[in-house]
Amino acid sequence: MSMTRRQRTRVIRSVQYAVLAVVVLAIAQAADWGEIQRAFFDVEVAKAQFPDIITTALVNTVIYTLLGFGFGLALGLLLALMRLSQVPPYRWLAIVYIEFFRGVPALLVFIALGFGVPLAFQVAINQYVTVMLALGLVGAAYMAETLRAGIQAVPKGQTEAARSLGMSQGRAMVSIIIPQALRIVLPPLTNELILLTKDSSLVYLLGLSLSQYELAKFGRDALNQNRSLTPILIAGLCYLVITLPLGHLVRRLEARTARAR
Amino acid sequence: MDKSSETDPAPDVKASRPTGASGEAPAIEVRALRKSFGSLEVLTGIDFTVARGEVVCVIGPSGSGKSTLLRCVNRLEEPTSGTILVAGAEVTDPDVDIDKVRRGIGMVFQSFNLFPHLTALQNLTLPQRRVLGRGKEEAARVARERLARVGLTDKESSYPAQLSGGQQQRVAIARALAMDPELMLFDEPTSALDPELVGDVLAVMRSLADEGMTMLVVTHEMSFAREVADRVVFMDGGVIVEEGSPAQVIGDPSHSRTKSFLSRLLDPAAAGLSEDRARGTKE
Ligand SMILES: Nc1ncnc2c1ncn2[C@@H]1O[C@H](COP(=O)(O)OP(=O)(O)OP(=O)(O)O)[C@@H](O)[C@H]1O
Ligand SMILES: [Mg+2]
Repeated sequence: MSMTRRQRTRVIRSVQYAVLAVVVLAIAQAADWGEIQRAFFDVEVAKAQFPDIITTALVNTVIYTLLGFGFGLALGLLLALMRLSQVPPYRWLAIVYIEFFRGVPALLVFIALGFGVPLAFQVAINQYVTVMLALGLVGAAYMAETLRAGIQAVPKGQTEAARSLGMSQGRAMVSIIIPQALRIVLPPLTNELILLTKDSSLVYLLGLSLSQYELAKFGRDALNQNRSLTPILIAGLCYLVITLPLGHLVRRLEARTARAR
Repeated sequence: MDKSSETDPAPDVKASRPTGASGEAPAIEVRALRKSFGSLEVLTGIDFTVARGEVVCVIGPSGSGKSTLLRCVNRLEEPTSGTILVAGAEVTDPDVDIDKVRRGIGMVFQSFNLFPHLTALQNLTLPQRRVLGRGKEEAARVARERLARVGLTDKESSYPAQLSGGQQQRVAIARALAMDPELMLFDEPTSALDPELVGDVLAVMRSLADEGMTMLVVTHEMSFAREVADRVVFMDGGVIVEEGSPAQVIGDPSHSRTKSFLSRLLDPAAAGLSEDRARGTKE
């Protein structure tokens, strides 16, 4: 071989750039930019989405997510404590619950709560409650396992110190162990919040009034009216407005935890 | 086992210290205590008494059951059999309100075990408020007083991670003291500390002893035991091998096991180094 290793690396790199350039140029040539702009970013259609896509859809997405997260966190904590209970039946119940809700699609849970329960029991449930239950029931199964790991990660000496000061098992759990466990699992819990934000789009299955539309349903509706992908693109960007900062937060929290170790 | 010292625990030294009125139950009374972990019998029949106001140091090789004995006293470990009375109340009674018993027993751990999510002050106020039901102001007042006592007034808003080991251990002592215990248990309180930080913690413990606190201290600090203890208990293999005044047990041990333990601890090769170092080389 006449080429040195360094030269060879440079040639390979150049070829990679060349291939990329050719592909980009080919697409740019072939594409009908006017058509693409009309489909994905029709300025008129885009303008028409505001302010409702923010004031109604984005706000509802946040509300649904937070309702689901709040309920899921509370239920998840209960399940985590049951999972760690000295009483075997509690442990079994928690395991069955966790395995079930981690195993079935969230979509099915939404259908069951949104259509199944009202039909079977002849009751009308407030949509916000339905969403809170559906998102929370599924989220709780994941959060329970996260929280259990967090509780177990708190050193045994913490419980011993609390008990030696005269705290009951429950008091030690509430005042000493759980606050520390929550700090430990803050990064994975924030990840769970990101997942729930996206799962909240399943709400679009349910029959909603206009004021209850969240981003996915809003985008779907605007798509029908305008025959343009623009609303979907904007809806997608709105999700990113929520999820990207949260993702950034997770990385910072993880870095902080890594430093503390 | 030295039976005579059980019934008559080193009266010469004790006389120099304020003790409870005669007729009151002893601070700790342990009878025929046994403790097994599975098939491993760690304590094989312990009998001993700590009088009110007495300072007892427990010494002995690693694995001899010192921590286990201490942890049985406030039932962090469940005794397998035997009886333990603290201030006359039976700790080993299955019906006893163990949380209430523990309120009266302060415990200081080798690894401090401060609550890392709380400031030094909050470490002291939270247990007072949740366990003793003290109000916010009173808890804070008591907490500041106890922090002052261990020389850490300026650290009340520091988190444990911002404190040195010695400072953390002093906060831990202050936290136990904030509960107004009648009795303090120390499990190797200076073993996790850098040698230069040991002195501050020992000074706090010494002043506590001078104030008449009843103390049961597991330690490898022989000079502390010699100067502060009313009585020294030497444990090995899950039994009390020898007990008596520091002068007897440390100065002039009668059992060969005590002698060999002490000579290893005070290894001539480590002479001139702190006892901490001497212990470090042993283990
Ligand atoms: N929770 C436990 N489960 C099983 N074995 C245990 C447990 N705690 C202690 N042991 C064993 O009991 C024995 C005595 O332990 P203990 O901690 O009381 O010794 P120690 O005298 O305090 O020793 P050291 O000076 O190293 O602290 C050791 O052999 C130890 O391995
Ligand atoms: Mg020990």
